[in-house]
Amino acid sequence: MSRIAETFARLRAERQRALIPFVVAGDPDLDTTLEILRTLARVGADLIELGVPFSDPIADGPINQRAAQRALTMGVGLTDVLALVGKARADVRQPVVLLSYYNPILQYGLRRFCIDASSSGVDGVVIPDLPPDESEELLAAARPRKLDTIFLLAPTSTGDRIRFVAERSTGFVYCVSLTGVTGTRDRLPEDIRDLVRRIKSVTPLPVCVGFGISTPDHARQIAEIADGVIVGSAIVSLLETPERRLERLEAFVGDLRRAIDTVQVGEVRPS
Amino acid sequence: MSIETRKGRFGEYGGRYVPETLVPALEELEAAYERYVGDAEFQSELAYYLKRYCGRPTPLYFAHRLTQTLGGAKIYLKREDLLHTGAHKINNTMGQVLLARRMGKRRIIAETGAGQHGVATATAAAMFGMECEVYMGSEDMVRQELNVFRMRLLGAQVIPVETGSKTLKDAINEAMRDWVTNVRTTFYVIGSVVGPHPYPSMVRDFQSVIGREARAQIFEETGRLPDCLVACVGGGSNAMGLFHPFRDAGVRMVGVEAGGLGISTGQHAATLVAGAPGVLHGAYSYLLQDVGGQVHPTHSVSAGLDYPGVGPEHSFYKDSGRAEYVSVTDQEALEGFRLLAQTEGIIPALEPAHAVAYLRTLAPTLRPERSLILGLSGRGDKDVQHASRLLSP
Repeated sequence: MSRIAETFARLRAERQRALIPFVVAGDPDLDTTLEILRTLARVGADLIELGVPFSDPIADGPINQRAAQRALTMGVGLTDVLALVGKARADVRQPVVLLSYYNPILQYGLRRFCIDASSSGVDGVVIPDLPPDESEELLAAARPRKLDTIFLLAPTSTGDRIRFVAERSTGFVYCVSLTGVTGTRDRLPEDIRDLVRRIKSVTPLPVCVGFGISTPDHARQIAEIADGVIVGSAIVSLLETPERRLERLEAFVGDLRRAIDTVQVGEVRPS
Repeated sequence: MSIETRKGRFGEYGGRYVPETLVPALEELEAAYERYVGDAEFQSELAYYLKRYCGRPTPLYFAHRLTQTLGGAKIYLKREDLLHTGAHKINNTMGQVLLARRMGKRRIIAETGAGQHGVATATAAAMFGMECEVYMGSEDMVRQELNVFRMRLLGAQVIPVETGSKTLKDAINEAMRDWVTNVRTTFYVIGSVVGPHPYPSMVRDFQSVIGREARAQIFEETGRLPDCLVACVGGGSNAMGLFHPFRDAGVRMVGVEAGGLGISTGQHAATLVAGAPGVLHGAYSYLLQDVGGQVHPTHSVSAGLDYPGVGPEHSFYKDSGRAEYVSVTDQEALEGFRLLAQTEGIIPALEPAHAVAYLRTLAPTLRPERSLILGLSGRGDKDVQHASRLLSP
């Protein structure tokens, strides 16, 4: 069982939902990111999603674009991110999922990437511009390394697509809450409950929801319907200003944690 | 020669590397395109607008003074510069906007570099009374001020893109983000043979009218096929439109890329000459990038060629040797710009001025009984102001 699967099995047994914060590696620099990862691990993250900076992030809104740009200015690339995860492993026991666009991984070499990622302590990978239709080579490289491949589903996904994508996902399924790019929003989309239900009806995998989840109240609402809550831009935005960065991070993630934990998780579904 | 080895692939190039949100939209587009590509009514409607509204067929013109000046092969110009809106771009936007109408989409978005594709999209949208928004890098808006005004006059909204290099690449990023957000109501009119499947094939098919006409015209004029085709390549739509109908004939094809300040300076946009395969904007194709897979900033005097990617079918042509790709510098392109103006009284756009410039190298190597066709993809009105700052008359 992968570290991600173990984490969800444990959460399920404890009737808890996963909190999955997202930050961009190298924003504002690698040393700070290391401190951020340690803080996240300490204050209640169940999994951590770590962004690999890319020059042309078409699925990201302005907040994550700026973060990637800052990291690129520092010269941070995939090699540095893998080394960072290796370093963080001394203090971080939670699963780490890399979020990277496809080209940096492709240029690194798919096989080499899967070997190096798993030996650095990376547990899974999310690639927003790689639908499973194009992922045959990646899957072949990832499976023997026990690297989970987490694919995305969106409100536009048809029933056939949901089945197809879920079948190729391991670890969990990433449910994009809205038609749009990453970023903070005032409210959650209305059809999210229905989308999660449609996904859950075809797969036993945990379903985690991301995009636009901006406040503790949003996080609580998502925790009522999904197995995990992914919070990205709201955290990345908070990290943009340097003053008392880690303290503010700790406070916000703590608020998210408490909001999620107020949810009464019902019957444990047999898996 | 078999071009599309499997759906949406040219050899290993192409594919559909997009966020999941767009996959159903691309499947819908593919199905609609496959349906209408063989639909007689759709094709005759498109043919009607291309003829009566856009001004097709465009002439094939024997450039006698240019031929004389350079010495060597007879040079024919395929005059896409004479089309409505001043460039080949309208062949494609007419096709895509007609398709959008059939699909019931009311809102059109597009990206633009030089502004020609934006103008051609705004034109088609105005003619059919559709809402149109065009993304354009803020640096390109400065370089192509006149086209910004034209688009606005045509009723389109021009949205400045301030991210990254503020040029075509970033305009495409922003248009894709818009499409991800408004995918249910919006048709994204991509301006070149780039992007995820089915765009490279669809845009090529709409632009192939250039090569089909040229093939018939040169045959009528000389009684045989040309020896060589020459066209500039940014994303590569005018080149592919000219090349594709000749792909099975033994005609030499040369694509001319933007060499900027010179390949060795790194300040250029010569993707096929100096790039390596990678994934950008939905397709696997040659790409200007660093070893870590980050996309390189590019430079060209011509906004329409200032792009780090290229259509996947060109990547296939390069690897298979079907076409050859070369580059000329900004300076050489400006000389080509002046050369065509002074020998033929035709001011080309800075994009095809690159192809004109390469003729100075190519034409003298071919004997006078040989002939070549140059894809004159657009006229230079839009560039006159910009060029006047770079050239002394």
